[in-house]
Amino acid sequence: MSKEAILRIKDLRGYYKGTFGIVQAVDGVSLTVNRGEVVAIAGESGCGKSTLAELITGTPKPLLHYETGEIFVEDYNVYQTDPEVLRTQVKTKIVSYVPQASLESLNPVMKIIDFIADVVKERTGKKSDRDELIEFAGNHFERVGLNRDVIFKYPHELSGGMKQRSVIAISTMWNPKLLIVDEPTSALDVSSQKRIIKMLYEMKRDGIIESILFVSHDVSSLSQICNKMLIMYAGHLQEYGDMEDMIEKPLHPYTKLLMNSIVSFDPSGKRKERLVSIEGSPPSLLNPPKGCRFHLRCPKAMDRCKTDEPPIFEITEQNRYVKCWLFEEGKA
Amino acid sequence: MSEIIEVNNLYKTYSSGIFVRSFTEAVKDVSFKLKKGSVVSLVGESGSGKTTIAKILLKLEKRTGGSIKLDGMEINEYGKKDYYRKVQVIFQDPYSAINYFYKIDRVLDKAFALRGEKLTEEEKEAKIREALEKVKIDPDEVLGRYPHQLSGGQLQRFLIARVLLIKPEIVICDEITSMIDASSRAGILNLLLELRDKEGLTVMFITHDLGQAQYISDEIMVLKDGDLVEAGDVQKVLINPQHEYTKFLLSCVPSLYAKWDLEEDIIEES
Repeated sequence: MSKEAILRIKDLRGYYKGTFGIVQAVDGVSLTVNRGEVVAIAGESGCGKSTLAELITGTPKPLLHYETGEIFVEDYNVYQTDPEVLRTQVKTKIVSYVPQASLESLNPVMKIIDFIADVVKERTGKKSDRDELIEFAGNHFERVGLNRDVIFKYPHELSGGMKQRSVIAISTMWNPKLLIVDEPTSALDVSSQKRIIKMLYEMKRDGIIESILFVSHDVSSLSQICNKMLIMYAGHLQEYGDMEDMIEKPLHPYTKLLMNSIVSFDPSGKRKERLVSIEGSPPSLLNPPKGCRFHLRCPKAMDRCKTDEPPIFEITEQNRYVKCWLFEEGKA
Repeated sequence: MSEIIEVNNLYKTYSSGIFVRSFTEAVKDVSFKLKKGSVVSLVGESGSGKTTIAKILLKLEKRTGGSIKLDGMEINEYGKKDYYRKVQVIFQDPYSAINYFYKIDRVLDKAFALRGEKLTEEEKEAKIREALEKVKIDPDEVLGRYPHQLSGGQLQRFLIARVLLIKPEIVICDEITSMIDASSRAGILNLLLELRDKEGLTVMFITHDLGQAQYISDEIMVLKDGDLVEAGDVQKVLINPQHEYTKFLLSCVPSLYAKWDLEEDIIEES
């Protein structure tokens, strides 16, 4: 095992199960995140981005079930570890998760400091001394670039961006090595979005966190901070590689279409060509299509794509992984 | 090109409270003109007064002061039906814009009623199919269905088809792409551009996303706390901004083609 890796996922499968049937939301994803990397997870909605993030935490929501595969966070095999160890050791010092819309998870009738007291009690199992807690939380908030006094405020006294930054600050109190953030910038103004991305950047620079897994559909924002990108489609990993290379030279047909559909600000003002959106919508994962899950919308689909699911091919010279038959020989 | 809408010194003050009145100035002394057949973006952060201006133009909200003329006539002098035949809207959330107890065909039926045309069923059917094909959705796939059975992108296109049937002179689009997947946004924007080019539609495009504003508009208006701080040709304003606030907004916009220097401090709003 390499010492560099902080997160190793091997052939992970996680399904939603209920009266509606079985939704194959994450189906065979493998991924390694090394120390110091900031990895973007992008794709259309309903493609399994958030499900993947949730599975990594080891405590998925009720309807989501871990099926097969392995997740190693440092040396802990997440689904083999004692839940108590997971709660008090792993999910404090090693991995921390900021779910979608978490800014609404602050308790409206509690000051931030009381909320923090609850979190500390839940994670460490013991009640902490109030003065110590104020000192500890205040110092941490200052370290991540927030005002000390924020901890004495109620959530309604804070703006959306401030709430989101407070939640991220609370999630990083024990300096986790890996921070997973799910859509932290959606539903916020552009200036608040930039502040959140800057906060994540500074936390990594100052050594509070080592690696980030950034889930978002907004590739323009992701490109500002991430150095790797994973593209998901219908529960499958489609392409994985260096962020800038993938924006400049996407290989998978889906990534190509996705990059061509993004309406992004152009500082030169010279782009004139019309963008093209991807026709159709992702397939239902209750009954996903056979073969490659993208073949129904793919302009380059071959007969083989309809029946055989492609494995993930490694393109060594570009350090890229692509799940598409076009790259069978390992060349771009 | 002639002006279709002329707004002069528009004010809007919201008041609240029973015993202690408090006032919020949502729009302060805003004047602008919309040229026929152009796409004009209204950009700004939350609370800048974008939606308030849209609501006033749609006569959903009363103004505190100022004048608004449509084709040279004060808008309050228009009858309700006459006005909505000329000015139409597409909202942010297509699901809450449509009554979900009825099949979506009813939306288009109502459009004919608004136009006051007496058509036979066959003529209606033909017109509906033509409009749906223009917005690139398959009529057989959507007709006879309920709103929840369609995706957000499909519904938003469907509402554009409704606008096509009404044939208004101006359509106000309030954040119409924010609930739609990034991969389908370009299609919706292209559709509006096509309508501008082919039917001479005037579009007022309200957004907080400067990237979309740059892509779609001919002109742009930047709002801050109810003030119109900068307006003009979109590329001129966005490439060479004059006002501090426009510069600040631009420094916060993520772009695929340029990277932020995250070591640099964020310039605070002046």
